Amino acid sequence: MKSESKSIEDIKAIRKIMEESSRFLSLSGLSGVFIGVTAITGALFAYLFILDGSIFCEEYFRNHPAEETVILKWQLVADAFFVLVLSVLLALYFSIKKAKRDGKNFMTPISRRLLINLLIPLATGGVFVSVLLLQNQIQLIVPGFLIFYGLSLVNAGKFTFGEIFYLGILEIITGLISAFLPGWGMLFWIFGFGVLHIIYGLAMYRKYEA
Amino acid sequence: MKDLISNINKVFESRVRLGIMSVLMVNETFDFNSLKDTLDVTDGNLASHLKALEERGMIKVNKQFIGRKPNTSYSATDEGIAEFRQHLKALENLIREY
Repeated sequence: MKSESKSIEDIKAIRKIMEESSRFLSLSGLSGVFIGVTAITGALFAYLFILDGSIFCEEYFRNHPAEETVILKWQLVADAFFVLVLSVLLALYFSIKKAKRDGKNFMTPISRRLLINLLIPLATGGVFVSVLLLQNQIQLIVPGFLIFYGLSLVNAGKFTFGEIFYLGILEIITGLISAFLPGWGMLFWIFGFGVLHIIYGLAMYRKYEA
Repeated sequence: MKDLISNINKVFESRVRLGIMSVLMVNETFDFNSLKDTLDVTDGNLASHLKALEERGMIKVNKQFIGRKPNTSYSATDEGIAEFRQHLKALENLIREY
């Protein structure tokens, strides 16, 4: 009888160690909510202050003289860049905080593997989107962002919560649909980076953290 | 009954050794300090268990330099993976048997 309970305990410990050493579990769900809010705020800012109340930014580009759109373009880039930096900082901040609260290290072989696997498709996407921008393929920028971001999440999903994989698939689908519907980029941005992140974040927070 | 017990491997009898093997089953390599953090054990304790597993051919040691700092990492040998799988199966059978 005694050896039975010891075996059960052993197996439990083995499972826990395998899980913890192969997946980065300090990724904070709460940061997903804040990242979603940041993305929506960035889009609203662009809508109100850069595009003068037009959600159809591609149309806006077509209807304005080229000299005017150059400044516009860089304002939009600055806006998107600001959203990106803030999102990364939020994800890092909440994850470091969660790791600390659980008494775990933030930098582990697994978190490094996670970062590398996340960054390869993401950096590729970043360069590719820059090319689209330079060649004035404005209508493909949002689909490009969403698709490459989705691919990075799918790639990173092996090293953290499995749910990240499905979030990635949804981002890819959103990106592909938006590629078929040029002109609606901003709405797809709000849905992909805003709504999906908020839903994901709330679900993860309720499941693992609350 | 005798069969069940005979598959329980004495090499893996300690918690620390079970922990080391568990980590190395799901990670190709793992370095000393990360093992120490994951298993929450002291240097000396970890080192002696690693040594024992190495001597029995369950794990192999890779020593290399990252910059100027020496870095020791460990990985499970094919034999170690097979033996540990058998050990796990034996543990599971033991539970089911009762």
